[in-house]
Amino acid sequence: MTQIAAIEAAGLVKAFGRLRAVDGIDLRVRQGEIFGVLGPNGAGKTTMLRMLATLLPVDAGQARVLGVDVAREPHRVRQLLGITGQYASVDEDLTATENLWMFGRLQGLRSRDARASAKRLLEQFGLADAGGKRLKEFSGGMRRRLDLAVSLITRPPLIFLDEPTTGLDPRTRGQMWDTIRGLAADGCTILLTTQYLDEADQLAGRIAVIDHGRKVAEGTPDELKASVGNSTLQLRLAPGADAELAREIVRRAAGAEPVLSPERGGLNVPLQDAGRAADVLIGFREAGVPIASVSVDRPTLDEVFLALTGHGTGSETEDAELEVAAG
Amino acid sequence: MSTTTVAPPSAGIPPRWADPAAAVAATRPRVSVFETAGQTLVMAWRALKKMRRNPEQFFDVTIQPLLFTAMFAYIFGGAISGNVRGYLPLMIPGIVAQTVLTTCMSTGVQLREDMEKGVFDRFKSLPMARIAPLAGPMVADLVRYLIAAGLTFATGAAIGYRPGGGAFGVLGAMVLSVFTGWALAWIFTWFGTIASNARMVQGLSMMILFPLTFLSNAFVPVSTLPGWLQAFVRVNPVSHLVSATRDLANHAVISSEVGWTVLACLAVIAIFAPLSVWGYKRQL
Repeated sequence: MTQIAAIEAAGLVKAFGRLRAVDGIDLRVRQGEIFGVLGPNGAGKTTMLRMLATLLPVDAGQARVLGVDVAREPHRVRQLLGITGQYASVDEDLTATENLWMFGRLQGLRSRDARASAKRLLEQFGLADAGGKRLKEFSGGMRRRLDLAVSLITRPPLIFLDEPTTGLDPRTRGQMWDTIRGLAADGCTILLTTQYLDEADQLAGRIAVIDHGRKVAEGTPDELKASVGNSTLQLRLAPGADAELAREIVRRAAGAEPVLSPERGGLNVPLQDAGRAADVLIGFREAGVPIASVSVDRPTLDEVFLALTGHGTGSETEDAELEVAAG
Repeated sequence: MSTTTVAPPSAGIPPRWADPAAAVAATRPRVSVFETAGQTLVMAWRALKKMRRNPEQFFDVTIQPLLFTAMFAYIFGGAISGNVRGYLPLMIPGIVAQTVLTTCMSTGVQLREDMEKGVFDRFKSLPMARIAPLAGPMVADLVRYLIAAGLTFATGAAIGYRPGGGAFGVLGAMVLSVFTGWALAWIFTWFGTIASNARMVQGLSMMILFPLTFLSNAFVPVSTLPGWLQAFVRVNPVSHLVSATRDLANHAVISSEVGWTVLACLAVIAIFAPLSVWGYKRQL
């Protein structure tokens, strides 16, 4: 039996003036999976999510959420999904309990039920002691958890998470990941945007990579990483080393094109096999190229990007502006 | 007692749909009038909570009636009516109208400020009536109009105003001005939904309010004005509100002015409520 897709989008377009923030994206998310949308700032992730959540009108193409058309029946779609944004969308002047109660009431719960659901969610998210506190006293992590709790009041079958861990410290980030896994185990379908490859890797069953409003790749985390190698050799040449010679050695020893990293004298080398790092280093020693530091790491989003698009994640400032425009 | 690990019955918590198709089938195509009213009241509750926690929001409805009433009475009283006491029946209803109008201007400014916060994103993403986030704060603002009108009459009474219409007259005047304030607030709410920032709403509103309140019969007898200005003053809806308020407070008479004022208010609501919802939706 074929199930209807949780999300099905075809040729989705959103333009802000001359800028096509989302430029013809097709997407198919199956029920019950965690689907990651990976891309740098300004790639169009948030804009796409907002269109699917009926927060932005669709300029061209169409999208269905559990078979319901986003443009034609937005009110229905809003009943099927919960969305948690990059910036916590909860009321700063109210307490955590009041927030949960209010959003429960707005979605048709009776007052008593809204109170019960607020209590349950506060406990579930480890906020039971903070229920009476106003949000001004909340930390970033607590705010984010409350925001997610608000999205779950009506237990919608679909949850959109827009960069759920951006700006969180590593510990809170781990907690958020556990929560997201718990939701998926509960049967929720989750659409998640992130700028972090490891986050998509940790959580998502499938990932779409978005760049400049277009989908440049889609697959399981393993498939995507295979395209950039399993690890990265990060080298820093000592001052005065011959960079051209160094690149030549890398090409010969690793069979891969080195990537200049932002810091002075930095070279990143994608490797299919971490063992090849030794060959590169031996090559350097034999040629007498001095090295300041060496490390072997997992590929970064930058490298995935480079491999998929032929350019890096791009100039930060320009893209940040686009994200604001897409806001 | 069985010891199965079945989850406890969820008190008032909606079920997690085992089958999303069932969740789809349970969706409603649109918001009912009943739901809209409920959501508006919840939004009013939110606005009242915020008012209680930010008492500086009450400055305009407390300081202005106290200050303006006393100030205008002592400055203009002698010049216009010969003495302060004789001026009060003319001026107090004028001040009531002016205060209520300024109060409803802040409705738009506050809505604009509020809409810039992240929480409005949440309101937009919920399956709720689009008019509720606009109408809710306006319902809560009824409290502010009531304070403004009440304090003005009280200040007037303190400096010697004895309304000829008695308690019922004054009550009627207050009800009328509160209703007018609420109706006119839709204009400023509309500004709030279309302007790009709160300062713009403020500027736009001032530009409209000042001529409307001062080019009326609120503070001076119309006969003292040049002919061309009299023409404008006579059609100015604020003049009708002031006359109606005077008729009620000073004579306990429900005159045709009251009728005109209510009619004008209804027209304003009919035009600007849909415009506001349109402006709000356009921001999505």
